[in-house]
Amino acid sequence: MSYDPRNLPEHPDFLWANPEPKSSYDVVIVGGGGHGLATAYYLAAHHGITNVAVLERGWLGGGNMARNTTIIRSNYLWDESAAIYEASLRLWETIEDDLGYNVFFSQRGVLNLAHTLQDVRESVRRVEANRLNGVDAEFVDADGVRELCPIINTDNLRYPVLGATYQPRAGIAKHDWVAWGYARRAAELGVDLIQNCEVTGFVKDGNRVVGVETSRGRIGAGRVGLAVAGSTSTLADLAGFDVPIQSHPLQALVSELFEPVHPTVVMSNHIHVYVSQAHKGELVMGAGVDQYTGYGQRGSFHVIEEQMAAAVELFPIFARAHVLRTWGGIVDVTMDASPIMGRTPVEDLFVNTGWGTGGFKAVPGAGLAYAHTLATGQPHPLNAPFSLERFETGALIDEHGAAAVAH
Amino acid sequence: MLIIDCPHCGPRHEQEFHYGKQAHVAYPQDPSALTDAEWARYLFYRDNPRGPHAERWVHTAGCRRWFNVVRDTLTYEIKAVYRAGEQPPQEYAALARPRGGVPAATTDQAVDPGTADTTKEA
Ligand SMILES: Cc1cc2nc3c(=O)[nH]c(=O)nc-3n(C[C@H](O)[C@H](O)[C@H](O)COP(=O)(O)OP(=O)(O)OC[C@H]3O[C@@H](n4cnc5c(N)ncnc54)[C@H](O)[C@@H]3O)c2cc1C
Ligand SMILES: [Zn+2]
Repeated sequence: MSYDPRNLPEHPDFLWANPEPKSSYDVVIVGGGGHGLATAYYLAAHHGITNVAVLERGWLGGGNMARNTTIIRSNYLWDESAAIYEASLRLWETIEDDLGYNVFFSQRGVLNLAHTLQDVRESVRRVEANRLNGVDAEFVDADGVRELCPIINTDNLRYPVLGATYQPRAGIAKHDWVAWGYARRAAELGVDLIQNCEVTGFVKDGNRVVGVETSRGRIGAGRVGLAVAGSTSTLADLAGFDVPIQSHPLQALVSELFEPVHPTVVMSNHIHVYVSQAHKGELVMGAGVDQYTGYGQRGSFHVIEEQMAAAVELFPIFARAHVLRTWGGIVDVTMDASPIMGRTPVEDLFVNTGWGTGGFKAVPGAGLAYAHTLATGQPHPLNAPFSLERFETGALIDEHGAAAVAH
Repeated sequence: MLIIDCPHCGPRHEQEFHYGKQAHVAYPQDPSALTDAEWARYLFYRDNPRGPHAERWVHTAGCRRWFNVVRDTLTYEIKAVYRAGEQPPQEYAALARPRGGVPAATTDQAVDPGTADTTKEA
């Protein structure tokens, strides 16, 4: 085809079909975000289970999946977290080949800044823990921070930058393309991706789930896996059990496009900024959660304002940037800042939730483990520690220190 | 930003307040008698409804007192504000009985910080 400058290009081919739901499936996944789509792909690719539907109330990737700031890293404190996030990071390293799709995965490293003596101690402890778990990590001092990211103001701010943890293999990816990449391959392997299909109830035989009620009728299921992030409490309620989840609005924003000025990813728990520069050139920044629970899918303006104040103090050149767009997602927060993945009190109904403010990086690893759980009915070693029962046994996995967003 | 009508000071910006999570979660009557499952519910499980929610707030930058609010978590509309130790308005009475079925201490024994009127951080 020759290029005619007077016409717009042809519309590209659709990446997946829009099938009508069948009357039943071996596995029904509720939620077409990153976790649901990755799970469907690994079910088909690793377990040969292709009689699978992903039911999405809106459009694929319309939830938190395409609202996050795309930071990928595995430098969490505890062994259980390091295991699942590092497994995920390794999958990110081959994802473009696995999916045959470009997702702009860029390992540009992440700095987690330390602004107080206590931060420094925590950071050094975490670096050592990371190394024991085979996660690349080092502690760099303030000079090292400026070397990696010259635009940072380390001295002339209320909480000076004393150093940072650095994970070179961390990075970012293009989140909507990740969703599309998984969706495309899952659909090719035979998975039905069904949009505009809201799950409104569960069909049970005694204590066993045998199907779901949806806005497009009843659909039978051998097993059902929830992957609905901030909506998990609502769905669990319909199914007759509770989850220890609180749903909070979380916001992010982008500036207009700039030449490359920010070479890495910088996160600060203490003054609360996390920022990177997208491939197109926008500065991408995440704000904090609204302190109250909410489902409004929008956040408060003063949260953005505080975030901008911190960002401008840390990166003085940002004072010249304009905010182009702000938006919010609803994140699913647990008391120990760790996810929940595994069985529920309802037979054949499984849950994957609680990723809160940090579940994008986990999409490949969690998808792999959740697919195993849905295929076998048993947890994968990666998600076994993240069971719902841990709140009763007391085997909590407290990741508040390594989680990016204080909550 | 919410405008919260503190029962002691009147309407103020949300930034003057701290959120104290679900209200009316009373300390268990006999903690040592609880099963692990009940103890988990008391410690970790809180309601997370789409709609009216009874919750505690503290007016950190004002009178520093705790009080209760019924807020709609979908529209963010504040439906009622009432003092610590008081019950919600009749139409929201059900919100003062959190689910989970852990036997609660009676009101006079309750160590719910919501009724203690402390200045503790949320
Ligand atoms: C502003 C922001 C910044 C973030 N930054 C990062 C970051 O930098 N790094 C990181 O790792 N993580 C980050 N996160 C967290 C990450 O986005 C989430 O943990 C992750 O996306 C959650 O998994 P998901 O993609 O499957 O969720 P979602 O994309 O939210 O998928 C859930 C889907 O379920 C659907 N659904 C809900 N109810 C129903 C129903 N009844 N029937 C059918 N479908 C239903 C929803 O429509 C939605 O599409 C951020 C989140 C936000 C909001
Ligand atoms: Zn007051």
